[in-house]
Amino acid sequence: MVLVLIEHDDGAAIDTTLEAATIARDVAAQEDEPLEAVGFGTVPGDVADELGEYGVDTVFAVTHDGLTDYAPVAWAKSVRELIDDREPSAVIAPGTDRGGETFAHLGAIADLPLAANVIEVDVGGDEGYELTRQRWGGSLLEDARIDAEPNLLTIVPHEVTAEPATEAGEATLESYTPELADEDFIVQVDRREESDTEGVPIDQARVVVGGGRGVGSAEDFDQLEELADLLNGAVGSSRAAVNEGWRPHDDQIGQTGNKIAPELYIPAGISGAVQHWVGCKGSENVLAINTDPEAAIIGKADYAVIADLHEVVPEINRILKEKHR
Amino acid sequence: MNTLACIKRVPETGAKIVLTDDNQAIDTTSLGFTISPHEECGVEEAVQLAEETGGTATVLTLGSPEADEQLRTGIAMGADEAIHLETDGEQWGPRATASAIAEGIEAADESFDLLFFGNESADQENYQVGVRVAHTLGLPIVTGIKNVEIDGDTVVAEREISGGTEVFELPIPAVLTVKEGLNSPRYPSMRSKMQARRAEVATATPERSEANDVEMIELETPERDDSPAEVLGEGPEAAEDVVAVLEELEVI
Ligand SMILES: Cc1cc2nc3c(=O)[nH]c(=O)nc-3n(C[C@H](O)[C@H](O)[C@H](O)COP(=O)(O)OP(=O)(O)OC[C@H]3O[C@@H](n4cnc5c(N)ncnc54)[C@H](O)[C@@H]3O)c2cc1C
Ligand SMILES: Nc1ncnc2c1ncn2[C@@H]1O[C@H](COP(=O)(O)O)[C@@H](O)[C@H]1O
Repeated sequence: MVLVLIEHDDGAAIDTTLEAATIARDVAAQEDEPLEAVGFGTVPGDVADELGEYGVDTVFAVTHDGLTDYAPVAWAKSVRELIDDREPSAVIAPGTDRGGETFAHLGAIADLPLAANVIEVDVGGDEGYELTRQRWGGSLLEDARIDAEPNLLTIVPHEVTAEPATEAGEATLESYTPELADEDFIVQVDRREESDTEGVPIDQARVVVGGGRGVGSAEDFDQLEELADLLNGAVGSSRAAVNEGWRPHDDQIGQTGNKIAPELYIPAGISGAVQHWVGCKGSENVLAINTDPEAAIIGKADYAVIADLHEVVPEINRILKEKHR
Repeated sequence: MNTLACIKRVPETGAKIVLTDDNQAIDTTSLGFTISPHEECGVEEAVQLAEETGGTATVLTLGSPEADEQLRTGIAMGADEAIHLETDGEQWGPRATASAIAEGIEAADESFDLLFFGNESADQENYQVGVRVAHTLGLPIVTGIKNVEIDGDTVVAEREISGGTEVFELPIPAVLTVKEGLNSPRYPSMRSKMQARRAEVATATPERSEANDVEMIELETPERDDSPAEVLGEGPEAAEDVVAVLEELEVI
């Protein structure tokens, strides 16, 4: 059997869970074994139905008096117990904050290796799984081998396409109560706080206007703000602009910032370092504005304008405002 | 309060990653080296907390003799002590790395109240070294932290979630893995860089653990669409064409 960790919200499985389930089903098919799932709290029937469509036979819903909220060690120990009961050959989780954290604990607790950031698995022969995993934010791939019982894998979010099984089945829901100790709850979500940021969040905007070192100052971001406003979009930035103190880190796009996938991304005064590019490569279209025709971003973009952003952006804004009138 | 930050020397890759002929590593002949932005924030937080409470901050790395450069950057940023777990520069898996780091921490002169790791290393992204070290040391840990407050014997750690944050409270001593944005790391001054050159670094040569680990076969660069961009124009005159593209893409 192959076991997949699921996360659900508002009565539905989250996207990354369905992506992980898609890979897990493929691994199960290669192993010629059934696919089972484990989730936490009350798993709604709708979620079980959805997972059935993804090829899951049984969904174990973990409940425990101590489990009032997300608690990584308690989650890991629950999965560990289920591993002992069900003896899966692979255990797979979405590489989300929770999936990744739970599996790091699971690896430590169960004394097992863990392959993180996986995008492809070949179950292979006697020497374990051969897999492909992402490194450097996805700008580099590693072919690697893992050979343990079971193999622990986390799947990179938003790299594989979630696809239901060709033959939809039905998943049965079973509740599962692990044995947990008080110490397993030392780390548990204590409370949540809402953020007070306004406007379209950068990871949801249809258009993102990015500014880099070429913008030159915090004030000069005004022109980019105006363009973003005119396009109902959001402003993002490179790490260089954040380091200069021109933008907050929340705006940063890249390996250690936001990953965006808008319909259009307009990087202005950004050179296109790999660590920036990995944060915006999911954009449908990229229109780069740069004074340097040799800048890497020009080679990566769909459209390019070779110009001083301080000259061309106000001009674009002027034409857009005229059209608005 | 004594603090520790674990940092890793990684190449500063530019616009394109070039691999060595055997596909076992990045070709670094023309590259500089740095540490991950996450880890820079870890160092900054460790230094600030030590300064505020009158304790010491230590930086630790496991890596080639050249990784000394990154430890000295940590010292220039305000760390008081440095530990170098020296290797021959081969890539170690996450389990071997974690067990050597845990041993290095246990063998240190200091005991640490808060230990900082990056949420993930820049080059390998294993998302696990900090967690494994915490288990070996028997300490509580929470990952992906972007805000840290100390409240007596408790550390209040916040993690970003969609639309807000979730808050964890851990008893000290504890381990935190952190993300960039936690703070604004300082730029070391010329003077502190000069002083850091003379600082002492404690060195040890750990054995590489034989524990079953993920094993790298080889690296590859992903395929990329290299078709050149359509150049819309040069100078401010290009604005008309930009607006035409915006219309074509139906974003206005
Ligand atoms: C581990 C690691 C993680 C990183 N994570 C990130 C990340 O998440 N996000 C990120 O962005 N970076 C990240 N970086 C940094 C990255 O490597 C680059 O240093 C950074 O992206 C450069 O920012 P930039 O393009 O704004 O600046 P530069 O590289 O300095 O480029 C400025 C560009 O502006 C152009 N320009 C100058 N003046 C004008 C003008 N008047 N009009 C138009 N164009 C102009 C120049 O031709 C140049 O192309 C990371 C680095 C490391 C090592
Ligand atoms: N060789 C190393 N030396 C020091 N710290 C390391 C090393 N490898 C990993 N770490 C720490 O562990 C974190 C997570 O690494 P990883 O599990 O590889 O993603 C990094 O951000 C560092 O803080």
